Amino acid sequence: MEPLRQLESAALAVPRANVDTDQIVPARFLKRPRSEDFGEVLFHDQRHLLGAAARGEARIVVAGRNFGCGSSREHAVWALFDYGLRAAIAPSFGDIFRSNALKNGFLPVVLPEDTVAGILESLAREPGARLAIDLERQSVTVPGGAAHRFDIEPFARQCLLEGLDELAYTLTQAGRIAEFERTYEAP
Amino acid sequence: MSTLLDKIWSRHRIVERDDGQTLLYVDRHYLQDGSGPAFEMLRQRGLKPRAPQRAFAVPDHYVPTHSRDPAAMPDAANRRVAEALTRNTGAAGIARFDISDARQGIVHVVGPEQGMSRPGMLIVCGDSHTSTHGALGALAFGIGASEVAHVLATQALWQQKPRAMRISVHGSLAAGITAKDLILAIIAKIGAAGAVGHAIEYAGPAIASLSMEGRLTVCNMSIEAGARSGLVAPDDTTYAYLEGRPSAPIGAAWDQALARWRALRSDADAKFDREVSLEAGAVAPMLTWGNSPEDALPITGRVPDPAGAADAAKREAMQRALDYMGLAPGTPFTDIPVQRVFIGSCTNGRIEDLRSAAAVAKGRKVALGVEAWVVPGSGLVKAQAEAEGLDRIFKEAGFQWRYAGCSSCIGVNGDTVAGGQRCASSTNRNFQGRQGPGARTHLMSPAMCAAAAVTGRLADVRRLVDRA
Repeated sequence: MEPLRQLESAALAVPRANVDTDQIVPARFLKRPRSEDFGEVLFHDQRHLLGAAARGEARIVVAGRNFGCGSSREHAVWALFDYGLRAAIAPSFGDIFRSNALKNGFLPVVLPEDTVAGILESLAREPGARLAIDLERQSVTVPGGAAHRFDIEPFARQCLLEGLDELAYTLTQAGRIAEFERTYEAP
Repeated sequence: MSTLLDKIWSRHRIVERDDGQTLLYVDRHYLQDGSGPAFEMLRQRGLKPRAPQRAFAVPDHYVPTHSRDPAAMPDAANRRVAEALTRNTGAAGIARFDISDARQGIVHVVGPEQGMSRPGMLIVCGDSHTSTHGALGALAFGIGASEVAHVLATQALWQQKPRAMRISVHGSLAAGITAKDLILAIIAKIGAAGAVGHAIEYAGPAIASLSMEGRLTVCNMSIEAGARSGLVAPDDTTYAYLEGRPSAPIGAAWDQALARWRALRSDADAKFDREVSLEAGAVAPMLTWGNSPEDALPITGRVPDPAGAADAAKREAMQRALDYMGLAPGTPFTDIPVQRVFIGSCTNGRIEDLRSAAAVAKGRKVALGVEAWVVPGSGLVKAQAEAEGLDRIFKEAGFQWRYAGCSSCIGVNGDTVAGGQRCASSTNRNFQGRQGPGARTHLMSPAMCAAAAVTGRLADVRRLVDRA
């Protein structure tokens, strides 16, 4: 997994609540293998959501509440990632999307609803305005220079910072799993 | 002091890190035909499934529903998806019900039906509607492809414990009101993000008096309220449902299981992070008008007016939904014509659902210009319905009677709703493009779908059924 420490880039604004993963990648593209470019099908049926900026310019997407709700398709994260995005800022995320994001070096940043609304307003005034995210310091710097701290579980933060592979880490715990299985009784 | 969630969680804890991240043991791992990428991840690492006997596979998303011939699949890519499941599970020694097997169906219908989902289990599947299995008193949640690969390789999963929410439903549902109406009312109340970060325990007399089918419907749509999992404590309804199912324990093992299961309930003094309560008696037949499951209202209402929205963002969102749905504010719901009707899915493709729809369809005809489908949730549901003569009722009314699968809930098998067509659907998601590009989905109960089919419009099912 690609490590992620700091990002500083133009931001893509998707000023909507409940952007579901069916919108991020319509279901008919799910049979494509991972080796294909999912960036080209990001918001396929609503391409206008991608704004005017060229692909790759924005590394950060800012959206309304419950971003990535709905289907568990990891393809939604792959599409954002392949398009060049590396982080999303929203008041909340779909739980499964958030978990998928963390497995792919994509940072979901939760900020209060008012703060996100403020960022979206400044992006509406100045499309493509730049944001900075510092994962080590757990802070987002918005246009105008104000910094906002965000929370993230230490384990997720560590995995992202080091590009740590969760599965490889778990395999180091194989002895613990085997030990658990020895005495485990089905419920 | 403990919640049902606490009890199941602690039993499956292998390792807990200082930061709270917990490695949990997985009892049951369901796989469907979208699991290809996870197996590919394993192959790239040279790993093999650790406990294939704990996994079970059934193709459901990509299977054709007009035929059981794999050659009937619309394109080569769909066939490759199906073949990958056969190859991957075959090589790993994972049990599977193929399309030719009478027991094939939607994984969230088949698991409970076979007795493979049981109280106290930790159940995962690479599908967000895995929350369904929580109806049996299990902790069940959907996972992504990386997590599917992780579970295959380790039989375990790292999780942060969700917060506990209890939704208590008091009183009882009125005649003709179903579990689907109840869960739509709950989602409308708490919102599509209302339970993000939580596991929901459904409780109270109205939940206790639901059938197993009804509880499966309620838990199924937990994810539409933002919760990765929804649970109902097991009780006599659960045990009666499970007893005698193919994978359920038998004899002394059944008695021992029963003794363990009876302890699976939240203690009287258990503390929940959030409590919500609801009066069942106030729930009317519900339907959705927009593109989020939270956009649900009683059928007696009208299309809402964005002008009445609380703020500009909400107003804009409502207007966008009305534009997509082709609806004008103030229109009575019962004036809205439909072109398609879909009865099926992991939400409402069980025998009780088909019975309730058949009761409405009986002796009536599908309205002119409406194409109506019934897609049973499994081959066994289909066989049961046929034994009861429900298929004849549907066919005589002009419904298509099809084979089991996810079908038009997601449309990846080719069973799509055309752009601009309005569909009364017993499914779980009314997202833009969910049933096909431009398709307009209204979620409702199977009986309400049948009412829409025979009247040609969104309709109040209570006007079509005799109430005793």
